[in-house]
Formats: sequence, structure tokens, C-alpha cells
Amino acid sequence: MSTLQTTSCADQSAVMAKVRQVEELDNVVIRFVGDSGDGMQLTGNEFSKAVGEAGHDFSTHPDYPSEIRAPTGTLFGVSGYQIQYSSRPVFTSGDAPDVLVIMNPAALKTNLPDLKKGGIIIANTGAFSEGNLAKAEYKSNPLEDGSLAGYQLFKIDIAEFTANALNNSGLSKKDIARCKNYFALGVMLCLYSRPFDKEIEDIRKKFAKKPEFANANVTALTAGYAYAEATELFATTYQMRASAASPGKYRSITGNSAAALGFVAASELSGVPLFIGSYPITPATDILHDLSSLKNYNVTTYQAEDEIAGMCSTIGAAYGGSLGLTTTSGPGMALKTEALGLAVMLELPLVVVNVQRGGPSTGLPTKSEQSDLLQAVYGRNGECPVPVIASYSPSDCFDCAIEAFRIAVKYMTPVILLTDGGIGNAAEPWLIPDVASLPKIEVKFRTAAEGFQPYARDENLARAWVKPGTPGMEHRIGGLEKDFLTGNISHNPLNHQRMCDVRAAKVAGIAKDLPPTKVHGPESGDLLIIGWGSTYGSIFQAREKAAAAGKSVAQVHLRNINPLPADLGEILKRYKKVLVPELNLGQLSKLLRDQYLVPLVQLNKVQGKPFMVADIYDRILELC
Amino acid sequence: MNSPNDIHPLTKKDFESDQDVRWCPGCGDYSVLAQVQKILPTLGIARENFAFISGIGCSSRFPYYMETYGMHSIHGRAPAIATGLKLSRPELSVWVVTGDGDALAIGGNHFIHAMRRNIGLKIILLNNRIYGLTKGQYSPTSEMGKRTKSTPMGSIDRPFSPVALALGAGATFVARSVDSDVKHVASMLERAAAHKGTAFVEILQNCVVFNDDAYGALSNKATRADAGVFLEHGKPLVFGKDRNKGIKLSGWSPELVTLGENAVSEADLVVHDEKAANGGLAFFLSQLENPQFPVPLGVFRDLEEPAYEELNKAMAEGARATKGPGDLGRLLNGGETWTIK
Ligand SMILES: Cc1ncc(C[n+]2csc(CCOP(=O)(O)OP(=O)(O)O)c2C)c(N)n1
Ligand code: SF4
Ligand SMILES: [Mg+2]
Repeated sequence: MSTLQTTSCADQSAVMAKVRQVEELDNVVIRFVGDSGDGMQLTGNEFSKAVGEAGHDFSTHPDYPSEIRAPTGTLFGVSGYQIQYSSRPVFTSGDAPDVLVIMNPAALKTNLPDLKKGGIIIANTGAFSEGNLAKAEYKSNPLEDGSLAGYQLFKIDIAEFTANALNNSGLSKKDIARCKNYFALGVMLCLYSRPFDKEIEDIRKKFAKKPEFANANVTALTAGYAYAEATELFATTYQMRASAASPGKYRSITGNSAAALGFVAASELSGVPLFIGSYPITPATDILHDLSSLKNYNVTTYQAEDEIAGMCSTIGAAYGGSLGLTTTSGPGMALKTEALGLAVMLELPLVVVNVQRGGPSTGLPTKSEQSDLLQAVYGRNGECPVPVIASYSPSDCFDCAIEAFRIAVKYMTPVILLTDGGIGNAAEPWLIPDVASLPKIEVKFRTAAEGFQPYARDENLARAWVKPGTPGMEHRIGGLEKDFLTGNISHNPLNHQRMCDVRAAKVAGIAKDLPPTKVHGPESGDLLIIGWGSTYGSIFQAREKAAAAGKSVAQVHLRNINPLPADLGEILKRYKKVLVPELNLGQLSKLLRDQYLVPLVQLNKVQGKPFMVADIYDRILELC
Repeated sequence: MNSPNDIHPLTKKDFESDQDVRWCPGCGDYSVLAQVQKILPTLGIARENFAFISGIGCSSRFPYYMETYGMHSIHGRAPAIATGLKLSRPELSVWVVTGDGDALAIGGNHFIHAMRRNIGLKIILLNNRIYGLTKGQYSPTSEMGKRTKSTPMGSIDRPFSPVALALGAGATFVARSVDSDVKHVASMLERAAAHKGTAFVEILQNCVVFNDDAYGALSNKATRADAGVFLEHGKPLVFGKDRNKGIKLSGWSPELVTLGENAVSEADLVVHDEKAANGGLAFFLSQLENPQFPVPLGVFRDLEEPAYEELNKAMAEGARATKGPGDLGRLLNGGETWTIK
């Protein structure tokens, strides 16, 4: 096998092209699965970049256990990365995979039930040892016992081939084993007709400080590619039909990275420094990571001692005249609650991001859910209104991050931005916006001492933002109820009523800024599907499919949840039925019923998994 | 910017807000407020550059009475809020006023981490060894056996010393004073103001209503010379009405001695060194308590270490020097990109 290293891949492809059939595709869903230590997230990531570079739209779904390195070979230690890519726009990472790349028996066991009938399995036979089979609770080897007869099975000893390709590399056995994922990537690039030169460049960049690893991974990659080209195993390779993506410059981006970029953009667009005070928590930490490496921008990052301190430092920074940001997930959100109430009282502009995960309590840290919606809208003591917005896709996190601060500074209020683990970690191609096209965020710090009253309000009911250090305007603010104008402590009953009313009116007033609600599909009809957050893609595809089948169904996807758009109530009335799919037990449903007194049909799922398009499509068919 | 200082020198009056002070008559917090208002005008800092942040408690009402920027926040969180303010606005003089419950019970975590980071906050803890605002429950500094409404049979909680806690958390400046000795309070506040990094001052404060006389021995003219020992850098630990008592090290333990008796002279006594890099001496001192020993008053420790906000600033400058200033267009177009024609 070591000859593979020296064989020129280009020569080989010339030979193979004659004998091998190339099948054209419009869409494929591939899932890479292995032990958490097998590097499947990386393989998936790199593969998605390679297809993005070809102009294809894609959407990914990383799915990993909460153990960093669960004991090898175990069923609970399986880590997966699914990608759907297509010649057409892609909205989800796909329902059932067409292809499973599996690195061990446990991966096969846990993922086979999802594979399409007749789907492709590419299996790393080297990991199908007796021990691993036992750990995966297989009585006999499924690769040999005929139980996979209904699928197209390709057996490759990835471990062995990688080891052979690297036997002269001087690396330890353990390090060699870690190159398996690049061998697998090489196989997949070849099988899906993608070149590997860009990947080699990327490997060299990634391992610039460790050239021996760079060399080994390049060798593994090219060996995998060459193997796939040379072997008679694959009678067919695949070629995605060309995509009609909008022209422009793209990059692959996850929701968390897009949010981080959006927050820096908000700072640049407003000319106000960004301060992030956060405490690490899955799946939100990457926003803190990303911003921490951007200290050359007008960005201060602070890893606080807990989420309360994260929230409080953000209040301190906002008080000092920065855009205050804190990022967290469910349990951390619970800890921030009291201080968030203080921010409401102080009327300071800041943003709290909740990258939701499965709850309650520690729940399902690495799985996605939408179950913190009511917490965001209501979860504080007292009458404590906070604007809530929700991103619907990874790249939408960029826009929402900017939007959140736009609201925060205009209305002098904390804002909650909800995303979720699905959006936060999933990647998709992002058409990079032109900086000049991003509207500026207007911020006025008050410096005129004359006539200053700390709680006097403008036409948006926002009070003035005054930085400590401004002469002649020294004043005190605090969490005790305050006088309507002076901000001094006030226990006056009518003043409290007035303050509660005005805080509520201020947040409700944000609705006047919202654009008319977009309706996909007929303006009126049998069914309206209304969703929010990461379920956008599944709902979109299900609706398209139903519309194609002649159903009268429309979709509204909410980005602003508090306040809701002013035209929503009227839209709801134009349909015979309203379906609300959510990854919770019915939280948006509760809000909508409360606000509009309309009957709704709920579709709820809390399995730590996104909706399948089929979940929603089937429900549509039952309803109309 | 023209600040009031440029026009006329600031006075104590300039730091008094128009709000009525609402502490109980005789509360120890009054004298601390007065001393703070007295020393701030002397620091050469424009009034608008002071910010007072507090939590919740009687003591935490403090900012309302100061004609500076101020925030009365939530219980225990003042150091965390002040940290965000100081980190984003290092040029401000940021003060935290807190109580024994606020700083050490609910806010214990933020308290120790402020000390650990050495961020430039001046933290004044008004320790009355009781929860004043909630009407008299025992606190983390209340002595064992204390009977309060929540401990009718006496407290079984072991108290800790704020000074020892601060030292243990790595504080670079730790001092203690007592509300009744206003001159000493003022001098400790001045020292704290001059310190770079976190400056922690514990002020033993009398709550006339719920824990009166907790520091009676230290405040009473007749007893105070024997109940306390003033720490002075480079000087031996001598105290007492007749200045004939001292503290000697016996093994690792303190020993009370009388000068002139058993041939003990000043040369045998512990000599205070607030600059000692090793925290051993300061911690040793923090263990001295009434009635067995005199309570040390003064600066336990004063070390020159880089402040957190300085390190943070240097880091940002370093990033700008190596990567160049931020450029949004470059940032968005960074990473691995591809172009579709
Ligand atoms: C989250 C929260 N828990 C409890 C309280 C009630 N509370 C207010 S002040 C206080 C104790 C204050 O004691 P201390 O900090 O010693 O201040 P003092 O009143 O003695 O100056 C408590 C328990 C509160 N305001 N907030
Ligand atoms: S209750 Fe005690 S601490 Fe509070 S104001 Fe009265 S005397 Fe002061
Ligand atoms: Mg107290």
C-alpha cells in the first residue's frame, strides 16, 4: 500500500475515468460518524468547505456527545456530522442520510436506523474488532453476516491503509491513528469529485507549526483519495450538478461565529466599544472564543467567575458607555435572571445571547432545543419586559446580532437574542456582506448637563445614555423603583404604576420599527405554519413540498417575539388553521394564544434533534 | 473638558448629594460617609470621574448620598458590576461599598475574584457582623453562639475574617479600621485611594439597632488602647494604654507579652512589614482577635503588582501592534472564502 504515496493522483484519474461511471446528483445527505476522538467533526467541516467552494449550498448538523472523549467504541461516545448539499438552495442538514461514513461498530449501530433504504455505507473495517463489536452490542459482525444486504456496503480498512501510508512518517502509532479522518476525507473527496489541492493548502496552514503532522495528514488525505480512485470497490463516483448560487464572495460560517462577527460589526457601525463578559458553557462558548481573538478591534473580552458576574460586568460596561454583551445557554441564563431585571430597571443597552440547549437543569448540553422561549419573555421577577429576538439560521445570527444592539441602544434596554445549539454549531455558506451596505447604528451620549433628568424620555420612551466622566451630570441609578423623572428612589404608588406602564410601553413600542411580516405562500388559505428560530428550514421545505402537492399552505417565521409584529394578529385570521411547530412543548403556542385568542395546532418535539421535513409535512397532510 | 476642579477646588460639600441620609441615628455608616466625602476632594480627581457601586444592605445605600456617578445594584454583585465598569473605563475611580452579608455571603464569589484579579477597585466593607437591612439575622462574620431572629438558639456557623479571606484570595492591599476612629478611617481610605489594583478596606461598623456595641471595646475610650493594635510599617507590634504590651512570635503562634517583664524588650516583638511579598505575616495578623488578642488596625498588606485593567490594556495594544487595528471588511472577508462568479 505504501506505493500509494508516490502514485500521482492525476495520472490515475485519467486511467480510471475511462472505466468508471459518474452519476450526476442534485442533492445528497452524508453523515460522518465515529468515536468522539475520531475527528469526524473536522472531516465533516472540511468536506463542507470543499462543496461550498464548488458553489453548492449546504447545511450541516454536528451532533456530538457531552463527554469530551467518551470511552472508545461505546454507543454513547459516538460523534456525528451531517451535511446536506445540493445544486439547489438547502435549508436543513437533511432528514435521512444517503451516505453513512462510519468509523466503528458503535457508529453503525446508532446511525443505521436513520440511513435511507438502499443507502451507502462506507465502513472502516479496521475498527470492527471483537472488542468493539461487543461494546456496540453486536453478536456477530454486521459487515460480514449479511445483515446489511439492503444497503450498498463499502468496506475499507481505513486504519490499516492510513498506517501503511504513514509507516515511514516517524510518527507514533497513536499519532498515525489520528490521521484516519484525513484518509476518510480523501476517499470522500474523490467519490464526490472534489479536488484535494485546496485541502492540502488548508492542512499546511492549519498545522503550520507542526510540519510533521501537516505532512502526515497530507499523505493520509492523498492516500485516501488515491485509494478511492484506484480501487475497484467504487463502480460509480458522483458529481453534483452545478448550482445557481448568487455571485459573490462566500465563506462557511456557523451561527456562533456569525454572531461574533455581527457583534463586532455592531461596535464598528455604532463607533461604541464592545464588551463581552461571559462564562463558558456549551454550546455558547464559541462566541466568547471568537471575540477573544479579536482584541485588536474595539473589543474587550472578560471571562467572569460565573454567569452572574458575566451579566453584571456587562451591566457595568454598558453603564460605562460600551455595548455590553453576555453569552450563555439555559442554566447560565437562569443565573443571569436577577441581574437582567436590574438592567431593565437601569434602562441600559446590552444584549444577552442564549444559545439554547436541551433542558431543564443541565439537560442535554450538546443537543438543541427551543425550550427557553418563555424564560426569555417572562422569566424574571416583577413586571419586567425585555425585547426578544430569535435567529433562524447560522448566517442570520450576524444580522440578529446587529439588530439586537440596534434595538438596545435605540430603546435603552437589554435585549435577549435566542439562537440554539443547532444554529450555533451548524455551518452554511454565507454571502459576505459589503461593509458599506450595513446601516450605521446611531448612538448619542448625552453631554449637555443643562436640564438633565436621568429618567426623562425621548419619543421612543428611551432615557438618555450618560457616561460616567461627563461633567455636571453626576447622578445615581439603582434597582429600587425610581422617580419618573429624577430617578431618585420613589415608593409613591402612582409613580410605580407609571414606571411599570412606561417600561412595558417602551418595549411594546419596538413593534413600530418592524417591517411587514413576510408570508411565504398564499395570502390566505387552509393552513398557516408559524415558527421561530432554527426550525425555519424544515418548515420551509415541508411547506414547499405541500404547496407543490397542491395544498393551500403558507409560512410565517418570526424573528421578533417580544414584541410580536403588529400585523400578525390579522395574518393569523386569514387561514382556516394555524400550525405551530416547535422544539419544545408549546411555548410560542402559549404566547400566540395569549395574545390573539386563536385556536392553534401544536407540533412539538423534544428529542434533542431538529425537525425532519417529514415530521412537518406529515402533519400538514393531516390538517389540509 | 472643563471640570469643576479647574474652576474651584472641590470641597466635602461638593460630594454631598441632595438625598436625605436614611440610616438610623447613631449608625456607624454616617462617619464613614463623612470621611469618604472628606477625602475625595483631596485626591485631585474630577468629581465626574468617581463612580460608587454598591449592592444591597444598609451599607449599600451609600451611593445615593454621594454626589458622584453611582449605582445601587443588586445583592452581592457590586464587585462584578464595578469590574465591568473599571475594565471598560480604566480612567475612572471606581469604588465599591458593601456589607458583610453583601460581600461575604451572597457576593463571596465576586469578592474573592476581584481580589484575585487585582482590578483597580476600592472596596469598602462595612462590617457590622449582622444583616442590618433585613432586620438582624446573623452574618458570615457573626460570632458562634450569636442569638438572632434566625438563630434563636445561637448560631452554629463558624465566622470568617474578611481580612483573612481577602489575603487568601491574593489581595494586594488589605486594611482595617473602626468607624469610631474617624482619623484612622480617613487615613486608610487615602491609602486605599493611592493603591494600584484592588484595595480592600474593612471598616468595623456599629449597627446600633441590631448588633450594638459589637466593637465596644475598640470604640470605648477607656478600653480601645488595649483592645486594638495599630499596624505601622517597620514598627514592632506595641499597644496598650501604657504602650507596654506587645505581640511576640512563639513558634507559629502569637504570644501576648508585657515589655519589661521577663526581660522582654521591643526587639523581641513582631515587626510589621506591609510590603512582605510572602503573605504569612499578614495572615498571622488577621488571626488576632478580641478578647484574647488586640484587633490589628491599619494596613496589613500593600504590594505593588500590575493591575488587571493595565494588563488588559497592554494585551489589546499588543494585539493591535501585531495584527494591526481592526478592519471590519477584512474581518468579514477573513477565514477561508470562495467566490462564485
Ligand atoms: C437576592 C437577594 N436576596 C436577599 C435579599 C435581602 N437582603 C437585603 S440586604 C441583606 C443583608 C444585608 O446585610 P449586609 O450586607 O451585612 O448589610 P447591612 O445591612 O448590614 O449593612 C439581605 C439578606 C436581597 N435584597 N436580594
Ligand atoms: S439597621 Fe443598623 S446598619 Fe442599618 S442603618 Fe440602622 S444602625 Fe445602621
Ligand atoms: Mg452587615
